[in-house]
Amino acid sequence: MSQIGSFALLLALCLSAYSFLAGLLALFENDAASARLGETARRAGIATFAAVLLAGIVLVVAAFHDDFSIAYIFHHSNRDLPAAYKFAVLWSGQEGSLLFWSLLLAGYGFVLRLRYKTDQRLFAYASVILASVQVFFLLILNFAAHPFAVMQGGLPADGTGLNPLLQYPEMVIHPPMLYLGYVGFTVPFAFALGALIMKYPGEKWIQITRRWTMVTWCFLTIGVFLGAHWAYAVLGWGGYWGWDPVENASLMPWLTGTAFLHSVMMQEKRGMLKVWNMSLIFATFLLSMLGTFLTRSGVISSVHAFAQSSIGTWFLVFIGLTLAVCSFFLVANRSHLKSEHKLESLVSRESSFLFNNLLLLVVCFTILWGTFFPILSEFVQGHKVTVGPPFFNRVAVPVALLLLLLTAVGPLLAWRKTSVESLTRNFLFPAIGSIAVGGMMILFGVRPWEDPSYFYATMAAVLSALVIFTVISEFVRGGRVIAGKSRQNLFSAMIHLYHRNTRRYGGYIVHFGVALVVIGILGTPFNKEVEKEMGFGDKINIGPYTLVCQSYTQDDNPNFGNEWAIINVFRDGKQITTMYPERRFYKASQQPQTLPRIYPSFREDLFLVTDVYLVYEGKNEATGRPIIKAHLNPLVPWIWIGLIIMVFGTITALVPNAAVVQVTSPVATRTPAQVGAGD
Amino acid sequence: MKSVLSLRYPLPGGTVRHWLQSTTLALAVLAFMGAGDDSARFKDLGHRMMCTCGCGQVLLECNHVGCQSSEKMRNELLAALDKGNTNNDDLILQGFVQEYGPTVIAAPTATGFNRVAWIMPFLVLALGIAFAVHIVRSWKNRPEPALADGIVIPQGSELDEFRRKAHRETDL
Repeated sequence: MSQIGSFALLLALCLSAYSFLAGLLALFENDAASARLGETARRAGIATFAAVLLAGIVLVVAAFHDDFSIAYIFHHSNRDLPAAYKFAVLWSGQEGSLLFWSLLLAGYGFVLRLRYKTDQRLFAYASVILASVQVFFLLILNFAAHPFAVMQGGLPADGTGLNPLLQYPEMVIHPPMLYLGYVGFTVPFAFALGALIMKYPGEKWIQITRRWTMVTWCFLTIGVFLGAHWAYAVLGWGGYWGWDPVENASLMPWLTGTAFLHSVMMQEKRGMLKVWNMSLIFATFLLSMLGTFLTRSGVISSVHAFAQSSIGTWFLVFIGLTLAVCSFFLVANRSHLKSEHKLESLVSRESSFLFNNLLLLVVCFTILWGTFFPILSEFVQGHKVTVGPPFFNRVAVPVALLLLLLTAVGPLLAWRKTSVESLTRNFLFPAIGSIAVGGMMILFGVRPWEDPSYFYATMAAVLSALVIFTVISEFVRGGRVIAGKSRQNLFSAMIHLYHRNTRRYGGYIVHFGVALVVIGILGTPFNKEVEKEMGFGDKINIGPYTLVCQSYTQDDNPNFGNEWAIINVFRDGKQITTMYPERRFYKASQQPQTLPRIYPSFREDLFLVTDVYLVYEGKNEATGRPIIKAHLNPLVPWIWIGLIIMVFGTITALVPNAAVVQVTSPVATRTPAQVGAGD
Repeated sequence: MKSVLSLRYPLPGGTVRHWLQSTTLALAVLAFMGAGDDSARFKDLGHRMMCTCGCGQVLLECNHVGCQSSEKMRNELLAALDKGNTNNDDLILQGFVQEYGPTVIAAPTATGFNRVAWIMPFLVLALGIAFAVHIVRSWKNRPEPALADGIVIPQGSELDEFRRKAHRETDL
């Protein structure tokens, strides 16, 4: 089986190398022979997908057949591993995840090459660039991190099993989502670089890649948040974001990708920021690669150490080469990227996009800086320092709050110029609402002047409310105009409004989701935790909850043995639920793992929902009694709800606008105003 | 799973009850806000240090099963606070640095080269704002691009009149 896989990978390398070289040669001439050569390159690109897919299938089949003659399967699977995790073996280790990356890239390339008739010349350039990235990954797979390497010596009876941290349902979804995001940004990157090299006229490349970019961004968003949820639900420390270098690596391309999604509208609408947009998409692609480099190289210590190896050098060289190529064409063809319009006013949508981009990039730089500062410190001072959560919280949070302010204000600004009168009128209701929210927090006893964390929490609440009220007011205002003209009810009118410009109003829904995520985060300063040894009938009092240990029990299956506590949760003297924090011991890997249990109090608290989070820490060796750690994490569930709304908003923004209905009338009328027609 | 204490679940509550409960929780949140006692210092200092087992987590957040480092460090921190021989948190942290090395502190200190870590993001922000303002100004002063014959862009009062007209018609 390993021979079939190895052959498929080698074939894929040959095909993608041909696709790259033949495609490149075909770009130099514009005759019939070159066109035929280009066509063979396109077909080779399509065939690459088939070859990589075959390699992927072989690896999964090997996992299901417990083929431990393949070293990768031996190290990442075992006979008693559940089927879903055997499938996930494909991306559970170094070589497999690189193969999965290559497969996704080939899949994106397959779709792109099938749709080449949209613009054959531009697609040919993009195809060559995509093939070059594909060649890089296949070179690594064939010569540095071979997933089909065979075991030396005798055939082992069983594998060493999958890392226990990865044996969680979300790990079957989180890496594919993240990879779809990382890899997906290669497509807009390829189009952008292609358009730059060929001095493509107009902004059509942006229109072609708009949906690619949004879908990719959506996948990356889901991937980042699922990663956070995995950390919350599996690592058992009660938090969801630890500013780990690999978490940071996933956030950085998300930030530049978000900046690109905003600033690209300026290029579409006003022909501005062309160099900036090119730079942003280049940066997003390079940061995606940097994320992989960080995960693989081991230059920075991370909780993702399970994926480390020596292939970091390959990535460093590739990132350097890509940066050099992008910079060269950006400088050489800069005359092609001149802006077509001037800015008319500082108080305009254009300015808000400019400053929104600036703040996103500053947050991105802060994260990059903090992630690499330990290396810089070692170089300068001779010793490493730690740049952990306190640094990021203190530096990135204030900038993120400014960004939230712009998220609220930006949609109220018109393109070109906004009058103070109009801004005041539109801003009044959201501003009053958000100030009221801040007042309520102080009324309920939050003292923002006593502690910086309370100050940030209050500011975050006020600004989130501002974003939410802005979004609502935009929908209501536009809806009322349509309702007044078409005699629909307000709700129908708002739906109508959304259909007129799905991108704009879908974007507002995404902003709404972002505000909910921020609300979920701002509960952090009010977290509470208690750790206690618990025997039968022992209690933990935490906030309004009383946790009573009813019993302990244990179980065993071929994959792991486990023990768990049975804990009844009371509030106001009434039992509201029973929770089962658990500790497992995986047999194949001989590793223990805690599995927290989480109860979100929607039924009891509604808006001020709180997670009751229990961890079975282990046993006190002296007394033999289990240790339970209880966390009370206010508002956290809003983060996951916010994610769902962000994804919903992105999907709604992808829906094409409804066609404008032309009403013919014999009576001369004024041209109807386009309500909600601008982004 | 049967509970020995109670099997009853609360009935679905009305909005008023939800609000009352929400208010209660909000008030309970207030009670969480601690003062400057030893437990608050323990929490604060424990969040300013990293666990040295290699997990990359903050000391009080390390929950590695069987982690020897975090338990030892927590006990040392408690002992340092119990001794009461110093009210200076920096001295306690310094003691940990001497024992475990500079990487035990969770964020760069505001001394020497480490200051650069703190200054750089804000410097970039300031430079970025200055650059953005410069860009906006240069854009504003840029000459209008050439237009096709016959097209005239409305300016001044004429543009304002168009805007007023648009507002009247769209109420936007």
